[in-house]
Amino acid sequence: MSEKLFVIGNEAVGWGALMANCDAFFGYPITPQNEIGEWFAREYPVRGKIFFQTTSETSAINMLYGAAACGARVMTGTSSPGWALMQETMSHMVDAELPAVIVLVQRGGPGQGTTRQAQMDYFTATRGGGQGGYKNIVLCPASVQGTHDLVQLAFFLADKYRNPVVVLTDAVIGVTAENLEVKRIDFGSLPAKDWAVRGLDNQPDGQRRLLTCSQGYGPTLTYPTFLSLLTALDRKYEMITEAELRYETHQVDDAELILVAYGYPSRVCHEALEMARDEELKVGLIRLITAWPFPYQVVREKAQKGSKFLVVEDSLGQMVEDVKLGVEGKSEVYFLGTFARHLPTETGLIFPERVVEEIRRIL
Amino acid sequence: MSEITERKLVRDWPKLFQRLGILVACPGCQYGIAARLFCESIEEMSIEGKTVGVAGIGCSSGAMVLIETDWLQTAHGRACDAATAIKRVSRGRLIVFTWQGDGDALAIGTESTVHAAVRGERITVIMINNGNFGTTGGQMAPTTLIGQKTTTTPYGRDLKVEGYPFYAPEYMAAMKGVAYAARGALNTAANCKRTKDHIKRALQKQIDDVGFSYVEILSACPPDWHLTPLECQERIAKEVIPAFPLGEFKNVDCLE
Repeated sequence: MSEKLFVIGNEAVGWGALMANCDAFFGYPITPQNEIGEWFAREYPVRGKIFFQTTSETSAINMLYGAAACGARVMTGTSSPGWALMQETMSHMVDAELPAVIVLVQRGGPGQGTTRQAQMDYFTATRGGGQGGYKNIVLCPASVQGTHDLVQLAFFLADKYRNPVVVLTDAVIGVTAENLEVKRIDFGSLPAKDWAVRGLDNQPDGQRRLLTCSQGYGPTLTYPTFLSLLTALDRKYEMITEAELRYETHQVDDAELILVAYGYPSRVCHEALEMARDEELKVGLIRLITAWPFPYQVVREKAQKGSKFLVVEDSLGQMVEDVKLGVEGKSEVYFLGTFARHLPTETGLIFPERVVEEIRRIL
Repeated sequence: MSEITERKLVRDWPKLFQRLGILVACPGCQYGIAARLFCESIEEMSIEGKTVGVAGIGCSSGAMVLIETDWLQTAHGRACDAATAIKRVSRGRLIVFTWQGDGDALAIGTESTVHAAVRGERITVIMINNGNFGTTGGQMAPTTLIGQKTTTTPYGRDLKVEGYPFYAPEYMAAMKGVAYAARGALNTAANCKRTKDHIKRALQKQIDDVGFSYVEILSACPPDWHLTPLECQERIAKEVIPAFPLGEFKNVDCLE
């Protein structure tokens, strides 16, 4: 099955979710991601699936928590201030080991900030923005098709690891229209959700299920102590780091300078790369597909071979810190951020010409 | 004195009541009684196999040990959100109840609780009102009475500073989505019987797809009230029930 459409990134979220057999969407309106909820309101009830508009983002994430506990595939969409409100329960999801997909269409901050593009939630997405030490798997689409594809992967990874997965996008990707091929992607099989609450009558073994967000507080059969829980989570993160790292490289083999970007700036960098190569400047590009796990290894290898790095990120510098961690001081890391926008207002963007200008300055 | 020759079992323990679970409660706490009444109710109604509980944070989460149904524990105050999702995702096949304390349901969780009531969500809330935050050591709750001393109202709750207590069933009764709202107590056998009737009627409203149902149960908190279990029961009769009247505040068979 495949259908060709011309839609915006926020609508591609819905098509991807539908292809992933997502059962329900719970969400609260916030710009610039409103087309996500509106898509579900339009397309889900008519297909016998659930759309529910909540009274806050806190409510939305807790409805995800409840629906996920039943074994349903569930998701929400939000933007930066709403994302902040969801952090407590995302941490609870990690503790209760419940899978869910959260699409974060980033906007400028701090505070209510702007309703336009920015990339200022990288830290809270990749570091676990809530209480306690935990990790979200973070997927970064850079196109409408990529959004549709990564939303499907997000559901698969959430179920595979019983952990929340964040699809980290931005207002440019969210409201840009592009061609989309709607198609179901097969990632392989998953174990049955035999842990889900569904009432004693529906449990094949007749044993009750008890899902709590206080695993580690008191002894359970699975985790007799606090440290046994932490050991299991730590092992899970190690497995994800080894198995789920994803990134793209472009012309990095002979590159003296490697651009590093995700989301809309990675599209900008792609164009800047072509322009720079036309000028015979040896430039490459690493585009993150997973922001966590982060491709430290490839950055390290290239740094050891002498490549310099230019991080292009529409913030005051967040992802650049991960690049510096990978480089380990063995090469130069330059940063081009929000101050490189073409306008000082919220509508400003980082354009390829500005990136090329920076490349020329460095090389 | 006649010898007892025959022992007749009048009533056995409910199957799903975990008697050892009472160890999670303090001596004189009435969570165990409330949990037993709840187990009796769902077993007499033959719904125990399709009932799922949603617990909050605090003393109320001990009900997950006492009542051996499927359970989900949620973030502090958000039980009605999770219960809403479970009810909807299960397409109404499950009977969903929340088991919450006064701080959980009426302080941090007010948005979650009140909007479930406003919407007429087909869930049942069992709210145990002990007039303070139990687990954290007896701080003021929305249900703390005027003049009552707690660790955060050491001179007594002052109307001018902390305002009025939350009269939840009375409030719920005004919501169009609410089918049933009642308040019971456990200080006498008669009140236990009435409270069980409240629980069964509340669950029946959910089974009959009428609307949201809410039962508040007054309970003792001996360690945080700094009273003996018996003194707690005297206080409930003399001070708490006069402030929080018992009975049904709403009982309708269809919503407006």
